[in-house]
Amino acid sequence: MNSIIILIPVAMGLGAVALGAFLWSLRSGQYEDLDGAAERILLDDN
Amino acid sequence: MTDAAMDQTTLSGTGSELLLASQPLKDGLMRTELSVPDVHCGACIRRVEKAIVALDGVQDVRVNLSTRRVTVNWRGGDNPPPLKNTLDRLGYSASYFDEPREDKDKELGRLIRALAVAGFAASNIMMLSASVWSGAEGDAKLLFHWLSGLLALPTLAYSGRIFFVSALNALRHGRTNMDVPISLGVTLAFCLSVYETVTGGHHAYFDASVTLLFFLLIGRTLDHVMRERARTAVRNLARLEARGATRIRSDGGTEYVPVASIAVGDTLIVSAGGRFPVDGVVVAGNSEVDSSMVTGESDPQEIAPGAVIKAGTLNLAESVTLKANAAAADSFLAEMVRLMEAAEGGRARYRRIADRAAQLYSPVVHLTAAATLLGWILITGDWHASISTAIAVLIITCPCALGLAVPMVQIVAARRLFESGVMVKDGAGLERLTGIDTVVLDKTGTVTVGVPQLSNADEIAAEHLALAAAMAAHSSHPISRSLAGLAPSFSAAPFARVSEVSGFGLEAEAEGSVYRLGRSSWAMEARTGEQAVRGTVLTCDGTVLAEFRFEDRLRPDARAAIDTLKDRGLTVLMLSGDHEVAVARVAQDIGLTDYRFGVSPRDKVEAIEKLKSTGHKVLMVGDGLNDAPALSAATVSIAPASAADIGRNAADFVFMRNSLNAVPLTMQVATDAGRLIRQNLAFAVAYNAVAVPIAVLGYVTPLVAAVAMSLSSVAVVANSLRLPGTASRGRFIDLTSFKQAALK
Repeated sequence: MNSIIILIPVAMGLGAVALGAFLWSLRSGQYEDLDGAAERILLDDN
Repeated sequence: MTDAAMDQTTLSGTGSELLLASQPLKDGLMRTELSVPDVHCGACIRRVEKAIVALDGVQDVRVNLSTRRVTVNWRGGDNPPPLKNTLDRLGYSASYFDEPREDKDKELGRLIRALAVAGFAASNIMMLSASVWSGAEGDAKLLFHWLSGLLALPTLAYSGRIFFVSALNALRHGRTNMDVPISLGVTLAFCLSVYETVTGGHHAYFDASVTLLFFLLIGRTLDHVMRERARTAVRNLARLEARGATRIRSDGGTEYVPVASIAVGDTLIVSAGGRFPVDGVVVAGNSEVDSSMVTGESDPQEIAPGAVIKAGTLNLAESVTLKANAAAADSFLAEMVRLMEAAEGGRARYRRIADRAAQLYSPVVHLTAAATLLGWILITGDWHASISTAIAVLIITCPCALGLAVPMVQIVAARRLFESGVMVKDGAGLERLTGIDTVVLDKTGTVTVGVPQLSNADEIAAEHLALAAAMAAHSSHPISRSLAGLAPSFSAAPFARVSEVSGFGLEAEAEGSVYRLGRSSWAMEARTGEQAVRGTVLTCDGTVLAEFRFEDRLRPDARAAIDTLKDRGLTVLMLSGDHEVAVARVAQDIGLTDYRFGVSPRDKVEAIEKLKSTGHKVLMVGDGLNDAPALSAATVSIAPASAADIGRNAADFVFMRNSLNAVPLTMQVATDAGRLIRQNLAFAVAYNAVAVPIAVLGYVTPLVAAVAMSLSSVAVVANSLRLPGTASRGRFIDLTSFKQAALK
C-alpha cells in the first residue's frame, strides 16, 4: 500500500508534466509549420 | 505620401495594393502575408527568406511551408518594400493574402487541447482500471475509483464540452444529431460511476466514458485538419477580383482606392492586365478585353469609347479610362452574389448521412434503455439494479463506432483526393456526389483551358519559337504568357533591349536587327508589299519569321473524362454563354450532342432548378463569375483552380491540376467512400445487435464495455482505410511544376 501512495502521484505527475509540455509547445506555435520544420533542420545558416 | 512615392505607386498600383493588403502592427510596423504556392522545399525557404530580408525596411520574414505562405514584417510607411517583384524575380508567383490573422484556426487549437487532455486522462484512468480488472479489492479499489473520478470530472468538463455544446444546440432547435446520444451516454456513465463509487459499489465506468471522448475527438480533429488543409489550399489561390482601382481626382491627380469606395460617376484608369473593378462605360482608349469569366465568350473583343463593360472583365491590351456607372455593391459581381444566395436554399436543406443515422438511432436506443428499466423494475423490483442496467445499455450503445463511421471515411477520401490535386471543401459534398445522375458543364475555362494556347506549334521552327518565347517573357499579356510558358529556358535571350509597345506587341534588338512580336500590321510595317498576314507574327526587320495562331484548347483528357462519365450512365450536357459556333465546335470535339449556347447566368440557374425539380441530381462543373449562381444551385459542384473567386467559394470541390479527369476521379472516390460509409453503418448496427442483448440482460461489466467499444472503433477505422488509392498520380504535368522545371 505504501508503494502505491508514492507511485500513483509520480505516474500522474509525469503524465501531467507531459500534458503541460505539449500544451506549452502548442501555444508557442511549434506546430504551425511542421513541413517547414522538417526542412529547416537541414539549413545550416540559421 | 510624398509626391515621388505617389507617382511611383500610381504608375504601377502594386505598392498601393500592398498597402491595402497589409495590417498595421505597433510602432509603424506593418505585416503582409503573401501566398506563394510554388514554395515547396528547404532550398526555397532559404532563397525566399534571404532575398526578402535583404530588402530595405524588412524587419523579419518567415516562410511557412505547410500553408505555402510568407509573412513579412516591415517598416517604411509609404515606401513598401517590393515584395511581389522580388518573389517574381526568384520565380515564385505570389499573391497578397489579406484575411486577418486572428481568424486563423482557433477551432483546431481548441480541438487539439481537448484531445490532449482527454488522452492524458484516458491513459491514466485506463492504468487505474486495469488494476481494478486484474483484481484490486477493498480500499485499493475504492482509491482507484476515486482517483479515476477525480481525473474524469475535469476532462468531461473540458474535452466533453465540444460535444455537449453541439448537442444542446441541436436539441434547442428541436433536432437531434450524433452528439446527443454521445453526450447522454458519457454523462450518464459518469453519474452512475460516481454513485457507485460513493456507495462503494462494484462497477465504475469512468474509463469507458473518457476513452470514448478520446476516440471521438481523434476523429473530429482529423476531420477538421483535413478540411482546413483543403480550405487553406483554396484560399492560397490568387484572387482574381480587383482589390483597388486608380481613380482620377477632380484636380487631375490620381489615387489608388479600394474597390468598395468607388462611387457612380467616378473616372477610373484600368491598365493592361487589370480587371475592371465595377461596371462602367469606356470614355477613352481602345483595347481588347477578355470577358470569358463574365459571359463565357472565349475570343477577346475589341473595345472603343462608348463600350459598356461589366465588372470582372480582363483588360488585355492598353489602359483605358472608364466612367463607373455602378458602385461595387451594384456591379455585375454583386448581382452574381445575390443570385447565388437565392440559389443556395436547396443546399442548406441537405441533411448529412450521420445526422440522418442519428435521427433513427437515438430514439431506438433511448426506447431500449427505457424498456430495460421498466422490464427490470417489473421483474426484480430492484431500483438500483434496474437503473444500473438501463444506464449500462446506454453506455454500450453509445455510438462510438457510429460517430466515427462517416468522418473517418471522409477523411481518408479527402486525403486521397488531396493527393490527386482535388480539394474537398466539405465532407457533405462527398455524400451529395454519390447520387448524381446529370452533369452540367460550362465551356470556357472548364471543358477548355480558358487561356489562349498556341495551336500551330508544329508549324514553327524551334529557334523561332524559342526567340518568341524569350521575348514574350517580358510581357504580361495573356498571349505572351502562354508563349513564354513554351520556352525551353529563359537564359537563351540574346536581346540588347526589349520593350513593349502597348496595344501592338513587343520589340527587341539583337545583333543589329529589330525583332517584333505582335499584331501583323504593326510588326510588318517596314515591308508593305508583303502579303497580308492576320494575327500574331514574329518578324525580323519587317520580314515574317513565323505566324502564331492561338485558340482556347480543350483541357487535357477532356474527351476521355466525358466518355468515362457517359459510360457510367450519366447524362452530360453543356451550358455556355459563348456564341453558337464556338460551343458547337467544342461540343463536337468532346462528343456531346446536348448543349446550349448564349446562356445567361440566370438561365443556367433556371436550367438546373428545372432538372432538379424533375427529380434529377445535378453536378455542376464551372469556373466563371457567370457560373457561380449555377454552382450553388446544383446538388453538388466542382470548380477548377482557375475559377473566379466566388465560384471557388461556391463549389464543394476545387481541382488544382489541368486535367478534366479530376471530375470522374472525384465521383469515383465519392462512390467508393459512400460504399464504405454504408458498410461502417451496417457494422455499427450489427455491433449493437450483439451488444444490446448482453447489456439488457445485465451482463455488462466495465471491462466488457471498454473492450467492446474499443474493438468496434478500431474495426470502423480499419475498414475506412480500405478506400482504394488513386493510381494515376503524377501523370499530368500541371503548370506550376512545368514552371519550376523550366527555372532549374
